[in-house]
Amino acid sequence: MATTDKTLTKGGEFLIKETLAQDIFIPEEWTEEQKMIAQTCVDFLEAEVNPNLDRIDSQEEGLMESLMNKAGELGLLGVSVPEVYGGFGKDFNSSMLVTEKVGAGHSFAVALSAHTGIGTLPILYYGNEEQKAKYIPKLASGEWKAAYCLTEPNAGSDANSGKTKAKLSEDGKHYIINGQKMWITNAGFADVFTVFAKIDDDENLSAFIIEKSFGGITMNPEEHKMGIKGSSTRQVFFNDCKVPVENLLSERQNGFKIAVNILNIGRIKLCASAIGACKEVTSKAINYSNERIQFNIPISKYGAIRYKLAEMATKIWCTEAAAYRAGQNIDDAYDALVAGGMDSGKAKLKSTEQYAVECAVLKVYGSETLDYVVDEGVQIYGGMGYSAEAPMDRAYRDARINRIFEGTNEINRLLTVDMMLKRAMKGELDLMTPAMNVAKELMEIPDFGAEDDGFFAKEKKALLNLKKATLMVAGSAVQKFMMTLAKEQEILMNIADMASLVYIAESALLRAEKLASIHSEAEVALQIDMARVYLHESLDKAYIQGKEAINSFAEGDEQRMMLMGLRRFTKIEPMNLKEARQRIAKKLIEENKYCF
Amino acid sequence: MKILVCISNVPDTTTKVSFNNNNTEFNTNGVQFILNPYDEIALARAIELTEGGKGTVTVINVGLVDTEPTIRKALAIGADDAIRINAAPSDSYFVAKQLAEVAKSGGYDIIMCGRESIDYNGAQVPSMLAEVLDYPSISLIKKIEFTGNEAQIDREIEGGKEVITVSTPFVVSTAEGVAEPKIPNMRGIMSARTKPLQVVEPVAVETLSSFTSFEMPTPRGNVKLISADEPAKLVEALNAEAKVI
Repeated sequence: MATTDKTLTKGGEFLIKETLAQDIFIPEEWTEEQKMIAQTCVDFLEAEVNPNLDRIDSQEEGLMESLMNKAGELGLLGVSVPEVYGGFGKDFNSSMLVTEKVGAGHSFAVALSAHTGIGTLPILYYGNEEQKAKYIPKLASGEWKAAYCLTEPNAGSDANSGKTKAKLSEDGKHYIINGQKMWITNAGFADVFTVFAKIDDDENLSAFIIEKSFGGITMNPEEHKMGIKGSSTRQVFFNDCKVPVENLLSERQNGFKIAVNILNIGRIKLCASAIGACKEVTSKAINYSNERIQFNIPISKYGAIRYKLAEMATKIWCTEAAAYRAGQNIDDAYDALVAGGMDSGKAKLKSTEQYAVECAVLKVYGSETLDYVVDEGVQIYGGMGYSAEAPMDRAYRDARINRIFEGTNEINRLLTVDMMLKRAMKGELDLMTPAMNVAKELMEIPDFGAEDDGFFAKEKKALLNLKKATLMVAGSAVQKFMMTLAKEQEILMNIADMASLVYIAESALLRAEKLASIHSEAEVALQIDMARVYLHESLDKAYIQGKEAINSFAEGDEQRMMLMGLRRFTKIEPMNLKEARQRIAKKLIEENKYCF
Repeated sequence: MKILVCISNVPDTTTKVSFNNNNTEFNTNGVQFILNPYDEIALARAIELTEGGKGTVTVINVGLVDTEPTIRKALAIGADDAIRINAAPSDSYFVAKQLAEVAKSGGYDIIMCGRESIDYNGAQVPSMLAEVLDYPSISLIKKIEFTGNEAQIDREIEGGKEVITVSTPFVVSTAEGVAEPKIPNMRGIMSARTKPLQVVEPVAVETLSSFTSFEMPTPRGNVKLISADEPAKLVEALNAEAKVI
């Protein structure tokens, strides 16, 4: 893809700047090679995973490892690993696409993502040359499987409070690790563990590469979980585990930074994985609604069901627009950093860190879109949805973990606002000028000027106003609470949701606009419908979030003025959403699958 | 050993079929095209037979430029090189004649085809091709092994199995079971772009047939469920509605 004449929008800037449709990547632009890679993932799931879902969930001895080995033979474990370490050197968005396609694979998807993400990336991005040469080729091929040990019984969201200790041996050749780690994905069959521990009385964590063969590692039996039952999840105990000093990853006390940066990547990838699961579930629900006859007609003929199908597809399509837009931003930022002379590993981390706000937004909205989709999937299946004999049962249970791992959605909402405000304080993101402009605009007579009638003119204006609404609420909250805003979690959640709605709605509008510039408007009428429906819904949702926030900290004239402003900024000319959803659903029903 | 595998570019199995131009032309609008699944089986066996430096596999397709993604898929699966004969495949005779023209000078030991393409299901090309080339033709093979330049082939026949020995060159069409289709791996996908894909122009071939029209099958009737406790209702329905008794 040509990137030369593109305007690069920095992370978090979506709230204050306009992005041009031509500057974003849309999934309709996948290359032939990327499509072929995606098809390989689909074929692999069909051949090896889908026929064995029950066996996988019963944790049949050796089955998950053999599936991982087969995925390794196909090269799926090394897609974005550089070729020099035995991988295929593909860009970030290609690895997102693989994650999406494998994302329909239930527990297998979790095992694969944990291995290729949190299992492989800490060594790839923070390891020294010897460490990378020793471990990465084996991880990329699947010869060795990887796990990541951060969480402890009393250190979940507050990861840096972990109690696991590392002490240098008397001869200075080893670190002796002692401690307990919990919820460790792939623990049962992993050969290599990235383990976070504090050296002596350090304030911050350090990271270590630990091979199972080092000894001193014991495990509890498999956890009994609500879903992803086929994914190996165990407690791991380190009892005087002797780790050669050369297996310290990066520098002493750099572990928490590693953990945080790797999680950024994990978060956006989780969104991709959720999109894959969403599409699979939606296709099944559409098919079922076409086959299930009640009162002599298929239930897909009923408006109540059509509403659900259209909503499922709309949420998926819009979230997908945002996920790959951000993925391309990361790729572009990486290219720019490497062109500027930065080392590849560092550039990978830096580029993802730049878009950490978007990663957090996508983690939340990807997982919540999936939960919406599986919930309606169960509902469309009716009684059969509640039966363990039908596919919705597994999809429903497996989805739920996504709102918890890779940082709970609550932590990610807090982070969304926190990261933006920190960037504003550092002068990296100018939130204050536009926020003050909005405050000024509130005092002025509303603009009743002539409407521009260009493509999406009304929608673009509404989106600009949605940004104003968000800046107004966020700006006043900052002024009101100053340093204590961090403690006002309810308000931070409101602001995070408003900002996220901006990001997803904008991405959807840009995707539809770019499509309309490539094809005719008539050809992409349904995509335009989806972008519009999502925007209209976002405006209403943002109004509720904004009102809650304003009413919690403003009073009297200020409150009245802000509520009036909020109403003005979340207004759009009405459209018949019912008819738009009917059109979207009609296409889904005709195609008998998710087809956008 | 040189193997030529003939491949077709066909609509995906989930395609909603419709027709254009007064029902004389398949409507390709919005249709996803794939490598013919039966040809994938032939290709998989060809790759197995030549593995370990025992030979090369060339894939050949009669099609316009839009079939190249399908050809590259075959290269990604493991074919060594490809030939595209630059013409729209109008009927089996046309395709067989075009294939023969290229095959006759290629020095291929075996020419393999899938049993049929899943779009028009003619199952005629392999035999026509063998006839034009004057090669032995063995259809619907279940198994093929090699000793020297002789192949041992199993064919399934009604109630049993036929075992055939044949010397190269020859043409076979493969049935299911001759091999498992191969999923292209990352290395194959990435090398597909750099493998040779030669485009040759078609030769003049007389048109022997043309499509007069296509018809869709009549839609399936609704199923009526009658409780097992009410046999009288069943009899009445069979008599009065279905009019079969």
